[in-house]
Amino acid sequence: MMLIMLGEAWRAMGANRLRTLLTMLGMVIGVGAVVLMMAVGQGAQYAIKQTIAAMGSNLFVLLSGSSTAGGVRSGGGGNLTLTASDAEAIAELPGVQAVAPIHPGSAQIVYGPNNWNTSIIGSTPSYLDARSWPISTGAAFTNSDVRSATRVALIGKTAAQNLFGDDDPVGKTIRIRQSPFVILGTLAAKGQGMDGRDQDDTIIIPLTTAQRKVFGSQVPGSVRMVMVQTTTQEIMPIVEKSMTELLRQRHRIRDGMDNDFSLRNLTAAADSAEESTRVMSMLLGAIASVSLLVGGIGIMNIMLVSVTERTREIGIRMAIGARQKDILMQFLLEAIVISVLGCLIGLLLGIGSALLTESLTGTVVIISANSILVAFSVAATVGIFFGYYPARKAAQLDPIEALRYQ
Amino acid sequence: MNQVVIQVENLNKSYPTSAGLFPALKDVKLTINSGEFVAIMGQSGSGKSTFMNILGCLDSATEGRYVLDGRSVAELNKDELALLRNRTIGFVFQGFNLLQRMSLLENVALPLIYCGVAHHKRQQRALEMLTKVGLESKANSLPNQISGGQQQRVAIARALVNQPRLILADEPTGNLDSHTSEEVMQLFESLNRDGITIVLVTHEPDIARYAKRQVRFLDGCIVSDQATQHAEVNT
Repeated sequence: MMLIMLGEAWRAMGANRLRTLLTMLGMVIGVGAVVLMMAVGQGAQYAIKQTIAAMGSNLFVLLSGSSTAGGVRSGGGGNLTLTASDAEAIAELPGVQAVAPIHPGSAQIVYGPNNWNTSIIGSTPSYLDARSWPISTGAAFTNSDVRSATRVALIGKTAAQNLFGDDDPVGKTIRIRQSPFVILGTLAAKGQGMDGRDQDDTIIIPLTTAQRKVFGSQVPGSVRMVMVQTTTQEIMPIVEKSMTELLRQRHRIRDGMDNDFSLRNLTAAADSAEESTRVMSMLLGAIASVSLLVGGIGIMNIMLVSVTERTREIGIRMAIGARQKDILMQFLLEAIVISVLGCLIGLLLGIGSALLTESLTGTVVIISANSILVAFSVAATVGIFFGYYPARKAAQLDPIEALRYQ
Repeated sequence: MNQVVIQVENLNKSYPTSAGLFPALKDVKLTINSGEFVAIMGQSGSGKSTFMNILGCLDSATEGRYVLDGRSVAELNKDELALLRNRTIGFVFQGFNLLQRMSLLENVALPLIYCGVAHHKRQQRALEMLTKVGLESKANSLPNQISGGQQQRVAIARALVNQPRLILADEPTGNLDSHTSEEVMQLFESLNRDGITIVLVTHEPDIARYAKRQVRFLDGCIVSDQATQHAEVNT
């Protein structure tokens, strides 16, 4: 029964090919737009996620508090209240995965005839874990390097290119403020950070080396900041609380007095960036859905014309024994076939243009099974919804009136 | 088998018009037995077409009783009426009413779709019917490729395909010339000989002559009901 009706729907569509194609075009464009927009939107979301993952996930940054000297207030980190032993204590807290005390600075680096000014990060091996930053060649320095403050370094891709060109930096010796440092390994490329800075233009040395031999520090053992990574995102608020309590206790801050450090949640900023792309991609999808709706209205319009045109046919069918539901099914099926076929073509078009966009502009696009499923089921629903009214109109025709219709 | 196919009692039908209710049928009473061949005659506006539509379950009476094949039509719902039109009645129209997009074979097979006969069986039965009206060689032609007389024979084949007890023909020769009219009427005669009850509406005495019984309408009433007298036609 269904097969016969499908065959009839196909034939009815074939009877007026141009009209069927134009009707279908509404669906094609609607579905194509939805698929393309969702692909671009999800691609943007993916790109943001990548950036966040590059920064490291579930991160807190602890900064030393500001100091006030003679009315002049230094910025955050001016008063070095945090120490490496604070970091060690934090590492003992439950829910903390990695803790990296950081003593940053910048210096002129010299290798042979080349020199380059870059940022230098003094930290521990767990810094690489916290920032999910793998070693590309060579090896990372170890905790024993930190303990004995050896002169070793890891070099980022950009800094390496500027100093070594195409040579392999591993095992070479560079000079930082006249002291020789052996390069143990190179860092994998990380690209641009959230603030647009090149994260690869950097050198990482052991914390103690930075403190004692390169930058020095007013307070022995102090660090400018501490990066803390938690095991999961959910646990972050708990860790934040326990960390604050621990530090207040360690720094002997009485109740009612301000913290001498500040705590930032890096993930929060990243989350809001992700949220805004998500909203943007939803908005794109919503706008594209409007064209799907317009396509549906087009189907309804044409089906109404078709019912009027075929009034006599409906009368004949009723006279020879078609029930109302037979007529209803006939026209409903026709609308569904048009919208589903249009949807299939639209899917191909959408996927094709998404891939074309990717290859032409280099934008990341993601075509998920989910978006295809959504577009397809929306199209089928549109077909049923907008096909139902004309089909019902056909089914409720009076057979005598219909037979008289010229 | 029920001996009485059609039993109509005190049938009234009126249409609302701008000048109030217009009575199209007034107290019509008629009984048609199985195997009869009845011509319903009358001028246009005499109510014969309205009566035909009611007999065909396409329209319903305002008042009165209509029993078709033992079932009181007024008590049936729309689906049951559709089933009656499909199984018990075969329609033949003045304008043939074939679907132009479909081949003759598909046109003849169409009623079978609505009672769920399998594809193979449909083709077979439709071809049998086309053979019966002598058009099996044109099974795959389209309606507009054959003559009017042939189209009417296809329409008769379609009416026959579900083996109805009753064939209702509304001016079946109205669009045909006298020669093809004769062919079509002879086909009806032979179907009647096979035991099918035929009710035919016409305003032409020459066509009514083929029927065994003639019922004449005037202004919504039956004014005469008699067996066909062949001598009368000759004078």
